[in-house]
Amino acid sequence: MTDTLASTAPSMPLGQASRGFCGRINAIHVGEDVHGSAAREIESRLLELGFVEGAEIKILHEGPIGRDPIAVRINGTTIALRRREAMAILVTSSSRTP
Amino acid sequence: MSTQSEIGVPHFALVGTPNSGKTALFNALTGSRQKVANYPGVTVERKAGVLQTPSGRRVHLIDLPGTYSLRGRSPDEEITRDVVLGRLVSETAPDLLLCVADATNLRVALRLVIELKQVGRRLMLVLNMIDIARRRGIDINLDRLSAELGVPVVTSTAVRRGGTEELLRRMDEMAAGRLEPPGENTWKPPTTGELRAAQREADRVIAAAVGMPARPDTVSGRVDAVLLHPVAGLVMLLGVLFVMFQAVFAWARPVMDVVSSGFDWLGATVHDTLPDGLLQSFIQNGVISGVGNVIVFLPQILILFFFILMLEDLGYMGRAAFLMDRIMGGAGLHGRAFIPLLSSFACAIPGIMATRVIDNRRDRLTTILVAPLMTCSARIPVYTLIISAFVPATHLWGWVSLQGLVMFGLYGAGITSALAVSFVAKHFFLYENHTPPFMLELPAYKLPSVRSVAIGLYTRAKMFLQRAGTTIFSMMVLIWFLASFPRPPEGADGPAINYSLAAMIGDALQPVLAPVGFNWQISVALIPGMAAREVAVAALGTVYAIEGGKEAAEQIGQALASKWSLATALAMLAWYIFAPQCASTLAMIRRETGSWRWMAITFSYMLALAYVAAFLVYNVAVALGAG
Repeated sequence: MTDTLASTAPSMPLGQASRGFCGRINAIHVGEDVHGSAAREIESRLLELGFVEGAEIKILHEGPIGRDPIAVRINGTTIALRRREAMAILVTSSSRTP
Repeated sequence: MSTQSEIGVPHFALVGTPNSGKTALFNALTGSRQKVANYPGVTVERKAGVLQTPSGRRVHLIDLPGTYSLRGRSPDEEITRDVVLGRLVSETAPDLLLCVADATNLRVALRLVIELKQVGRRLMLVLNMIDIARRRGIDINLDRLSAELGVPVVTSTAVRRGGTEELLRRMDEMAAGRLEPPGENTWKPPTTGELRAAQREADRVIAAAVGMPARPDTVSGRVDAVLLHPVAGLVMLLGVLFVMFQAVFAWARPVMDVVSSGFDWLGATVHDTLPDGLLQSFIQNGVISGVGNVIVFLPQILILFFFILMLEDLGYMGRAAFLMDRIMGGAGLHGRAFIPLLSSFACAIPGIMATRVIDNRRDRLTTILVAPLMTCSARIPVYTLIISAFVPATHLWGWVSLQGLVMFGLYGAGITSALAVSFVAKHFFLYENHTPPFMLELPAYKLPSVRSVAIGLYTRAKMFLQRAGTTIFSMMVLIWFLASFPRPPEGADGPAINYSLAAMIGDALQPVLAPVGFNWQISVALIPGMAAREVAVAALGTVYAIEGGKEAAEQIGQALASKWSLATALAMLAWYIFAPQCASTLAMIRRETGSWRWMAITFSYMLALAYVAAFLVYNVAVALGAG
């Protein structure tokens, strides 16, 4: 069922999405600008907080300066994180109207 | 209480993710029978207590720092890992792990349970806050959950009376049963692939055993729409801080007046009962006025801690970190530093200890460096004394106390300078191009438990009074001695204190401190003030009481108002914004950073700032005619 969504909507980093965004996690992929153990660390932490492939995600709030950090709802919990780290979370939008 | 009777007492440990209500559960189970200390060699807080099960069995319970996994990314989490694995030499390996989970947020907790199963110890899952989960329509099939996980499951509501009965009954059963570990420890740090697999397994168990409600929690969402709003949220945060400081200054007043007149009465009684002489002077001026001048601030400290504990239990602290992350980031601080810095308003020592939640060393060092600049409660006595002596007790616009406003300004000055110092430190000395991540769970809002807050306040009050009873008392005795000896020669005129050791020390320091407007009485008071800031007030009290001789029934505030110029008073306030006058804070910095260097740096930069600030304020004030 996720396949239909994935094929119709392109994947984007969560760090670029705006408040109200609703979608599903496609992949956790830490960019090339972070190296080795630091990249693994960020990936592990995201996984431990519940950011796994397939999870539904929604951006609830944005911080007061530069719309950063963001607060996202993921399977019933709310997590605050910076857009910088959210770039590692690749998502597919599930609704066209945010 | 002999060690003999402790043999055979089973050791249980509470493990769980942050915000699972673990500490509230620990408070509910052990009540005031808990001991808070440090693990040897590290400054991670160790909370342990003994509880009695319904059948009268004694159980030793330890509350381990919250963690999402056993990977151990910070000193706190390393302690949890080492205790769970039985690696910590000083700690008896736990016979049973009680994994505490927020019943409304099982995904993350169940992944931790799956990881904990690998350590081969006996394990029980405690679904805490079950009342909230049920009210929200979350339907958990306990038998199914237990079968799927292969772990016994029990429910609890830490904040409700009787909410731990079922848990205690099960603990009783477990304590009566076999306690030896059922398996081998096969735990090793999980790879990202294993983390994914464990989360998938947790999600499978949830799908099998938990019925999710049609509509999720909306209350927190609606509250957050205001409290996390880019504008309204910041206004509310400022409002919360403003009310907090008004309360500390205004609400505590009546109680403080009662305490202070109580000590005055005690002093007068001693004066009337004992014959004139050294003993009378020692008890009245040294002991009663010294210790009384410090204990009088207990109400303010309790009000401040009350606010901090309430905000913590409500779940607001994480929101504050969210709002402040970029603002603090601009100053080179991590959003997580907000909580340690806010705690530093109470005392820099717990604040510096709380920096353990920051896992990046540079971020942590910066936070430790500026934590003592936050206006701690030990400065309140100094500020209050000077403000009430020099600032008129009028109200602006009918309701804002001018004294409270000055107090707010002093706090503002502390915050501003902390941000400025961290900006300089981060950008010029501790530069690094990789910024560590900020990821924080924002828990659902909860009504704080009266009992849990009360236990927290009780612990703080006990610590403060112990300090007043030991450190401050011995300092007062020393000051009284310095101010009373040697006795003046026969036929000498002027107050006896002018011939004392205190006057000699004060005179020696005078040339250095004269440019900032301090007289020799202040110079004397600053020395014992090194032990703790609030001691300076008591020391001033003792110095002026002895100087005033037998007629010194007058209040210390009035004495200052008549003997200091406004410029001196303002310089003293400026000095205290920065002054590194707290031996315990310095010792804590030494311990937390593991180096004398950072302690020396903190001491020198604060002393330099204090001197410069007091110098500027004094000379500007004199130039404006306040000398």
